Amino acid sequence: MALYSEKVMDHFTNPRNVGIIEDADGIGEVGNARCGDIMKIYIKVNDGILTDVKFKTFGCGSAIASSSMATEMIKGKPISEALTLTNKAVAEALDGLPAHKMHCSVLAEEAIRAAIKDYYDKNGIEYDLAQFPEPHDEEEEHAHNDED
Amino acid sequence: MVKSVYVDNAATTAMSDRAIEAMIPYLKEVYGNPSSLHTVGQVAKEALFGARQKIADLIGATVNDKISEIYFTSGGSEADNQAIRSAAYAGLAKGKKHVISTTFEHHAVLHTLKKLEKEGFEVTYLDVHSYGNITAAEVEAAIRPDTALVTVMYANNEVGSVLPIREIGAVCRAKKVIFHTDAVQAVGHLPVNVVEDNIDMLSASAHKFHGPKGVGFLYCRTGVPLKSLIEGGAQERKRRAGTENIAGVCAMASALEEAVSNLDKNMKKQAAMRDRLIAGLSKIPHSKLNGDTKNRLPGNVNMCFEGTEGESLLLHLDAKGICASSGSACTTASLEPSHVLLALGIPHEIAHGSLRISLSEENTEEEIDYLLEQVPVAVDEVRAVSCLWDDLKNGKREHLI
Repeated sequence: MALYSEKVMDHFTNPRNVGIIEDADGIGEVGNARCGDIMKIYIKVNDGILTDVKFKTFGCGSAIASSSMATEMIKGKPISEALTLTNKAVAEALDGLPAHKMHCSVLAEEAIRAAIKDYYDKNGIEYDLAQFPEPHDEEEEHAHNDED
Repeated sequence: MVKSVYVDNAATTAMSDRAIEAMIPYLKEVYGNPSSLHTVGQVAKEALFGARQKIADLIGATVNDKISEIYFTSGGSEADNQAIRSAAYAGLAKGKKHVISTTFEHHAVLHTLKKLEKEGFEVTYLDVHSYGNITAAEVEAAIRPDTALVTVMYANNEVGSVLPIREIGAVCRAKKVIFHTDAVQAVGHLPVNVVEDNIDMLSASAHKFHGPKGVGFLYCRTGVPLKSLIEGGAQERKRRAGTENIAGVCAMASALEEAVSNLDKNMKKQAAMRDRLIAGLSKIPHSKLNGDTKNRLPGNVNMCFEGTEGESLLLHLDAKGICASSGSACTTASLEPSHVLLALGIPHEIAHGSLRISLSEENTEEEIDYLLEQVPVAVDEVRAVSCLWDDLKNGKREHLI
């Protein structure tokens, strides 16, 4: 009956890796305030390994849980592996998200890519642009469902 | 869960014991169909008559025993649909194709109007301003020779503004325009008298005043034409087909009787709790009260907390046993926040962080203490994770409230 799975609620209530890395090697920010969710991910990189990951998110329960889960899934992993993380994997790790909340897991995937791209840009590391598609525009997808 | 504090009474209320008791005989012994000739049917018919009489009395409809002005429906939405479509098409028959409403009506009204627009009607949506209200003069200025209907809510379900219904009704009466009001949030909560308030048509819903869900009524003044939406039998004087929901109707009448007889006491009690909540929650930095500060439902508190998102806020409150609601996008399954908050000109990013607390007379001062203690904690919990709040705090983004 619950809106969210126990996993989602666990990651919402006790989010992992919340915070800011002051001397981050890369920062990724996606979403916008108008749409009600912004995700910001900070990464620390050493020898191609994500030694630390932190996040701050303005958004709903599933946005916060997706951020928490995604950071946990990539922390301590090589960048190459983090780049293969899909939104679907994040959602599955959370034991699923309601259909209209899937965009939250998409934001998590995009925020991680944005942080890695930022790290590459700052360090002059060459990369294949195809790996970093433009985050999609949420405003164009506004569904107009109703309530009450 | 430690305790449960239910403050979502604008969404729905708990049924009162009296309303539940009023249902039982009609679920058990008096199960007859009021259209049947036999005794069990006729007893049911009498109950229906009694409930109609009671409701007519309670909203001031009974002038010269005209109880035929009350039509039972499945709820507020059906009553709104029927009233608006009837009045619009009655106008069309006289060449009138214009309707006046406001931008912050319930979707039962707004979506009916959108449909009428597709059918060739023209609708003027009056601006509700940043303070969340309109004046009778604004309605008067919008009335045209081809205006068929004015439909304006009695009180707003989200921000609690109470509209100047009596004055708007007087303007409509003078201009000979049919006046409908969606009074779903008002009936049982405010003194409503259809004659004194100059109302031609009024919609109400039982579950908003401690009655059951799935039943409501439409008041339609004698002489105002009413078309049926549902074709079938001759129930409700051929205006609403379908075997009557007797148990629901009787419970609704009892619930309304109880609400009206305690109206003054309940209004005072709720208003005092409301004002204490508003004063206390306004101390939260970068918060804002939404809706009309003076003309306001006694049980309504609606506030925005900058840097927060409503659904997160609700989840944290739910974990503390507090049941409230929000106009955030995430609670509506769309990315748009509440159309009501947007109608008040509140920016999207602020509207996402709204909280509605709607009280009933069943709430206690202890519960208000608990809310005053826990809501600020929940706001802090959301802000602690929020990158938007970080940006506001460190000046990267300007505070809007």
